[in-house]
Amino acid sequence: MLKKIYHRAGFYGGLVFFVIFAAGPFYIMLITMFKRSHDLFNPNNNPFFFTEPPTLAHLKLLFDQTLFTTFLMNTLLVGLAVVAITVLFAVPAAFSLARMADRWGDTVGIGIFLTYLVPPTLLFIPLSRIVSILNLQNSLWSLVLVYPTFTIPFCTWLLMTFFKSIPKDIEEQALIDGCSRLGAFFRVLLPLAVPGIISVVVFAFTLVANDYIYALAFIQDSAKKTIGIGLTTELVRGDVFYWGSLMAGALLASIPVALVYTVFLDRIISGLGMGGIGK
Amino acid sequence: MKKKHLLDREEILAPLLLIPTGLYIVLFVGFPFVMSFVYSISNVTVGNPHFKIIGLQNFADLIRNPTFRTSLFNTFFFTIVSVGLVLVLAHILAELLMRDFHGKWLVRFLVLMPWTAPIALGAIGYLWFLDSVFSPVDWLFRAMGLLGKPGDLFGPASNLYWLGRPDLAMASVIFVQVWRLVPLGAVILIAGMNAIPKEIHEAAQIDGAGYFRRLFHITLPLLFPVIGVTVLFATFFTFTDMTVVWVLTRGGPPPNTTQVLASLSFLQGIEGGDLAQGAAIAIFFFPVMAALAIFVLKLAKKAVVL
Repeated sequence: MLKKIYHRAGFYGGLVFFVIFAAGPFYIMLITMFKRSHDLFNPNNNPFFFTEPPTLAHLKLLFDQTLFTTFLMNTLLVGLAVVAITVLFAVPAAFSLARMADRWGDTVGIGIFLTYLVPPTLLFIPLSRIVSILNLQNSLWSLVLVYPTFTIPFCTWLLMTFFKSIPKDIEEQALIDGCSRLGAFFRVLLPLAVPGIISVVVFAFTLVANDYIYALAFIQDSAKKTIGIGLTTELVRGDVFYWGSLMAGALLASIPVALVYTVFLDRIISGLGMGGIGK
Repeated sequence: MKKKHLLDREEILAPLLLIPTGLYIVLFVGFPFVMSFVYSISNVTVGNPHFKIIGLQNFADLIRNPTFRTSLFNTFFFTIVSVGLVLVLAHILAELLMRDFHGKWLVRFLVLMPWTAPIALGAIGYLWFLDSVFSPVDWLFRAMGLLGKPGDLFGPASNLYWLGRPDLAMASVIFVQVWRLVPLGAVILIAGMNAIPKEIHEAAQIDGAGYFRRLFHITLPLLFPVIGVTVLFATFFTFTDMTVVWVLTRGGPPPNTTQVLASLSFLQGIEGGDLAQGAAIAIFFFPVMAALAIFVLKLAKKAVVL
């Protein structure tokens, strides 16, 4: 009995530890964004709660006097464009690798996955030359052009594993019924793969929202910045930190991305290994 | 029987569908990849795009450069310590999350947030968390009587200056990197543990094997490939990344206490405009990347189910 209580205590103690460890910084962001500056900038006041009544002043400043909404819009626009490109490229490629290329499909598939292991920190210097030759510096198009370097390899791999998990018989039946190869793909396989494609859309978008180095290297114009570099470079001016607004911006932009990502995370992780290489 | 349409022939359709992706990867990953090697043995700068090949001069300069040597050491130190801590913590978190309990979805959402939220934004939170005057951590230590008065455990100064002192700056950067990667590690480990048949554990338990025996003789050996995948991703996201370092310290406090290869390459190549030097620094990622790639191929051969 006593042993059981110890086990229980250990379990919940562990959970509490990890929740504080993981979410603590976000809790601080939440408190800080509503704290009056007078309260915030007194090192003796409790930073974990309000000493003076909360205020919306930092949020007002964030939305009225900074480019926060522009940063969000830029991220959203680039994200949508990259997602569209990724799906258009990765879906046919994954279909081809999963269904029609028996002998060389796995090899090419692994080859494409390996290109994901070429880090942005190795590619950004040559890519910055390409971007400047194409005259795309300071343009969101530079990001639209470059982000598929990390979304396409990963998403092709993921989709390939999804396609492989759909039984071949369903498609073969359609072929026997007189569908063409592409007809069977569009009418039978694609509808079944919708959950997989949605995960890829979510995943590609979170990858875009996560980028820091390419945006930092290619974009200097304040109005063209995406959320990550926008907040870290525009709301920190020299030694002046707009702390309340900075925390508000970071938290508000984090929550939606974290929410959709969490919903799809399991499917993405299981899609990573299942079916692709293991059979 | 009517003749097969051209697009129904697999040997034509299969390559056709691969062309857009293949072409994109060759143009925007393959070509820049090769160019980074070419740049590293050239004298190209932003102002002088008509470059000459100068051989291994850049590398010779780098090896003599103490800033580079510091960054190289920091990168390995940063990676090894972070990945080690991530593995241990992720394993504990995975064991906890494998059980069912009330409100699990909320706990899961909160615990996964460091990974699911964009890291640049999470790191901004830490800028305040570790601020030189207003740090909530320092406040907590002062409230607990550990800091701020003569004789206190962490010293008499009112603050610890997390990002301003060499040892603490490195510790802070590692902490944030571990914070970010533990959820990813846990999710990968959970996927792997779920793939291990429950009967093996039950059989061992019936045979009288205790927790640690089961951990070291059954769970860990079976988990080995999955632990490998965790190490792979954690290493990849730590060794080649600069976001945490850039947002928190920019490689400081001087001189280059937390500078890593990625941030140094960015400083030289983009901010300094010396593309050749920046590319040469980034080339040092290559051996580790190649090792990771070989590892992936090995896993693929063993047909591991994650």
